[in-house]
Amino acid sequence: MSGALHLASDVLEISRWQFALTTLYHFLFVPLTLGLVPLVAVMQTQWYRTGDEAWLRLTRFFGTLFVINFAIGAATGLVQEFQFGMNWSTFSKFVGDVFGAPLAMEGLAAFFLESTFIGLWIFGWGRLSPKLHLATIWLVVAGTWLSSTFILVANSWMQRPVGYKVNPATGRSELTSIGDLFGNVWAWWAVGHTLLAALMTGSFFVLGVAAWQLRRGRNVEVFKRAARLALVVALPITAVNLAVGSEFGVTVTDYQPMKIASAEALWNTEQPAGFSLFQIGGFSASNPKPDFDIQIPKLLSFLATNSFDGKVEGLNQVQADEQARYGPGNYIPDVRITYWSIRVMAYVGSLAFLLAAVGAWLYRKGRLVTSRRFLGCAVAGIALPFISNLAGWLFTEAGRQPWVVQGLLKTKDAVSPSVTTAEAIFALSVFMLLYTGLGVADFWLMRRYARRELPEIEPEAAEKPPALTY
Amino acid sequence: MSLADFWFFLIAVLWIGYLVLEGFDFGVGMLLPVLGRDEPDRDTMLGAIGPVWDGNEVWLLVAGGATFAAFPVWYATLFSGAFLWLVLALLALIVRVVSFEWGGKSENPRWRSLWQWANTGGSLVAPLLWGITLSSLLNGVPINGKQDFSGDPLDFLSGYTVLGGVTLVALCVLHGTVFLTLKTSGDLHTRACRLAPRVAPAAALLAVAFVAWTAAKSVDVNGRDLLPSIVPAALAALAALAAALLVRTDREGPAFGATAATIGLFVLTIFVALFPRVMVSSTDFANSLTVANASSADYTLTVMTVVAGVLTPVVIAYQAWSYWVFRARLTREEPAADGG
Repeated sequence: MSGALHLASDVLEISRWQFALTTLYHFLFVPLTLGLVPLVAVMQTQWYRTGDEAWLRLTRFFGTLFVINFAIGAATGLVQEFQFGMNWSTFSKFVGDVFGAPLAMEGLAAFFLESTFIGLWIFGWGRLSPKLHLATIWLVVAGTWLSSTFILVANSWMQRPVGYKVNPATGRSELTSIGDLFGNVWAWWAVGHTLLAALMTGSFFVLGVAAWQLRRGRNVEVFKRAARLALVVALPITAVNLAVGSEFGVTVTDYQPMKIASAEALWNTEQPAGFSLFQIGGFSASNPKPDFDIQIPKLLSFLATNSFDGKVEGLNQVQADEQARYGPGNYIPDVRITYWSIRVMAYVGSLAFLLAAVGAWLYRKGRLVTSRRFLGCAVAGIALPFISNLAGWLFTEAGRQPWVVQGLLKTKDAVSPSVTTAEAIFALSVFMLLYTGLGVADFWLMRRYARRELPEIEPEAAEKPPALTY
Repeated sequence: MSLADFWFFLIAVLWIGYLVLEGFDFGVGMLLPVLGRDEPDRDTMLGAIGPVWDGNEVWLLVAGGATFAAFPVWYATLFSGAFLWLVLALLALIVRVVSFEWGGKSENPRWRSLWQWANTGGSLVAPLLWGITLSSLLNGVPINGKQDFSGDPLDFLSGYTVLGGVTLVALCVLHGTVFLTLKTSGDLHTRACRLAPRVAPAAALLAVAFVAWTAAKSVDVNGRDLLPSIVPAALAALAALAAALLVRTDREGPAFGATAATIGLFVLTIFVALFPRVMVSSTDFANSLTVANASSADYTLTVMTVVAGVLTPVVIAYQAWSYWVFRARLTREEPAADGG
């Protein structure tokens, strides 16, 4: 019995590692896909409207980078759809009726759209009329954005289940209102926050790549436009997303007080509550007092409740509430992870805002191209949104533990009963090796194509595809 | 017909769509080292499927998503039961996806050769595993009273299921060869035309053997009469025969239609033989998953029916349009361009 239990917990732990690592890895590429494709579409639209060849060259240049990135995002997405059933069959049985619906809709409405039209876009140069060809890239934008909306609706149901009932006969949840599922307030904050983060990712990427080229004085007039477009997007989007993220926090406080209490390592209820900027220690119930910390009075009350005197519930109090509701058990997530992941997300996001603001100011002063120091920072700045994206998801998912579906199903009860430890280890090893190899190849390819000379456009090349004959 | 029955056949249609479409690009991938004598040949072959393979693969994702939504228990038990095989199938599909987009991104011959072999390997392993997995649904795997898989990976391997995998691989090779006779010109075209009649008899023979065995399995392990499943089985055999005859003529379009029909009917035969079960239990027949006991509630099925009813025609229309846009034959002199 204890042997069997031990094995089962091995499969659970390995499956959790697999899900966390493969999902974070997938989400390295997804925001760049989501954020880069609208910028490529804007570049192509500018070319279509003005006939200015510079925009066409930028479209081709960043389009190639987009395609390389799209490939690995799509490939790792396959694992995402399969591993729910493979490693988490109890979860899948329990949620399929509700959670499966947006997933299937994602396939029908979004995956077909993006995959068909990306083929038409890549191979359609000159074969389609310029107007129709331009439409194909905008349909890829629509497909990728729809896709993220559906999957976030599904994830939001795991954070805040709505529009369902649990059928006592089968023990499975059943959808009762598709309107409630898609109207979930959590989902709309999540969609807004994630898509804005994706636009940050795309615009910082374009800015950084353009900066690398500008530093070497290559095609200055053309890459200056790319940098300008990137800054026009990056500056307001980054600012808005800091505010959206903060407002999203209020919704999270309403439905997952435990997540917010643990994000702040707030062990006991306070009114008003101060915000801990930095602390050492204080991450466990047995050692709730930090050895060192820097606090801003009342700020946490404001962030969590929109009022400087608001009451923020502490971990111990929420734990007592949840025990009363769900029975004995530990309902506190890993406080060290939640505390630091939300801070990394917010601090790196703020740093990104600063970088965009400095860039915009330099551009206005006409010194963007000559400021080698800023250009260097902008190249490094490509990494910022990636870091905050990963930290954000780490916070969202780790902060929901021990639940996989908030209040309904615990992670430890969600794993596949039939999968053996050896199988789980095999899968994790295969995916890690494969993903490491793909990551190295992807980085090498992206770097190579980002450092390439801007492609020259031969007059007929823009009109005629090199690919096919009639 | 209940909504769950309708979704069972819709999932059959999604698998048919997936294997008919991706079938030829699997075939082209497997043929790269066979028909592609040099780099421009292989580029032409990849160019023939370049614009469409990604859209083809989405049929699999939608089949998976639809199974999750309409039959959560089927999705959960099949995917956790076939765990090891799905890890390998994912590995095959992922290296294949990446090979398409990355293979042409460097002139380095070792880089190109690496990704071409990745494509070929992935194109071979994936249909082999899909054939094994689909025929295992009917052949039966251990399922306990809690609707959970209770066996091990080897339960998916038997003479029948391996025949299913090998047959699907052979059909994909034939389908891909005929596709290349339609899409290429010159030397490559001649070679594809010569290969097709050599592959066709073996592929047709395998297909006939497999669908006959499937109809028999339907009686043996699934408690059905011969009647429903013998119909698609007979049609599959006819289509295979027609394909074998047509590839001896220069009627490339009808030959492609016949290979497509063979693959479609191959899948349909399995699903008809399987109904009303979705996964037969080999340990206790009573534990088999059925359309009724594995499905979502009516509300979800109704919502999904509306969504699928609205979107499916639109999807088929624009995918068909993309095939029409890229309908031209490719010539060796002008190999396919890469992205952006």
